[in-house]
Amino acid sequence: MSEQARKFDPSQATDFFTGRGHPGWLGLRYSDHGDDWVELELPWREDLLGEEGQRVLASGPILSLMDMASGMAIWRAMDEFTAIATLDLRVDYVRPAREQASVFGRAQCYRLTRSAAFVRGLAHDGDADDPVAHIQAVFMKITSTARL
Amino acid sequence: MADAPEIEALTPYARSLGISLDRWEDGTPILTVPFDETVEGRPDHYHGGATGGLLETAGYAVLRAELARQDRVAMLKPINITVQYLAAGKSRASFACGRITKLGRRSANLTVEAWQDDRERPIATAVMNVLMAEPAT
Repeated sequence: MSEQARKFDPSQATDFFTGRGHPGWLGLRYSDHGDDWVELELPWREDLLGEEGQRVLASGPILSLMDMASGMAIWRAMDEFTAIATLDLRVDYVRPAREQASVFGRAQCYRLTRSAAFVRGLAHDGDADDPVAHIQAVFMKITSTARL
Repeated sequence: MADAPEIEALTPYARSLGISLDRWEDGTPILTVPFDETVEGRPDHYHGGATGGLLETAGYAVLRAELARQDRVAMLKPINITVQYLAAGKSRASFACGRITKLGRRSANLTVEAWQDDRERPIATAVMNVLMAEPAT
């Protein structure tokens, strides 16, 4: 599908989602996208650290980053903005993110059905070949009838 | 609170999100977060990430409490978490409480539940594995 034919453009739509609420509080912003994937950036922030005494980003913000990137990847793949809800989200934290580094969350919607959307993705701190986390998620379309 | 062991303060992330200790229940910390813009996703609903953050924080809290009770010192590092979203989080306070399923030497397995008005109807649950690392010397 050509870019012109697409209605949901993540580079334009991100501000709508990240300008307020939880994504706004985290300071998420647009990074990159493809036909069925979206990458968002979570800038480093001192008040998002985890364990006391360690200069490591908490795991919670990575979960939020991946949830948001997943939702946007689904809207990109569907090419429309409809209400969806996270059903199941798994995050494997394979290594700590580097201090002071932005974390990028890249999610791909690899399968869409009438009711569900299946997503996989990773978080990295600059090099996508050396991720800090991997994720798997399933979302449900809120308005659809229950048919897989 | 006499039977409540001292636990480390919540993480900077948890405090920043608005999470606080609501009460102790049989030695288990119950955490709460008010509904605020910091947790909002679609209007008047919790963002899935905020709900996940509350679950994760409650998991760490119950583990810290038990380690303190056993005089064990460890740095907690997340291995993984799987969150099940059961119902939309509405615009009111949420609560969460964790349970240690297995406490090993190096890792712990936890289950956590979050609810709003009715504890019997959780809005989300999670299973977590946490690594307990030797403190850096």
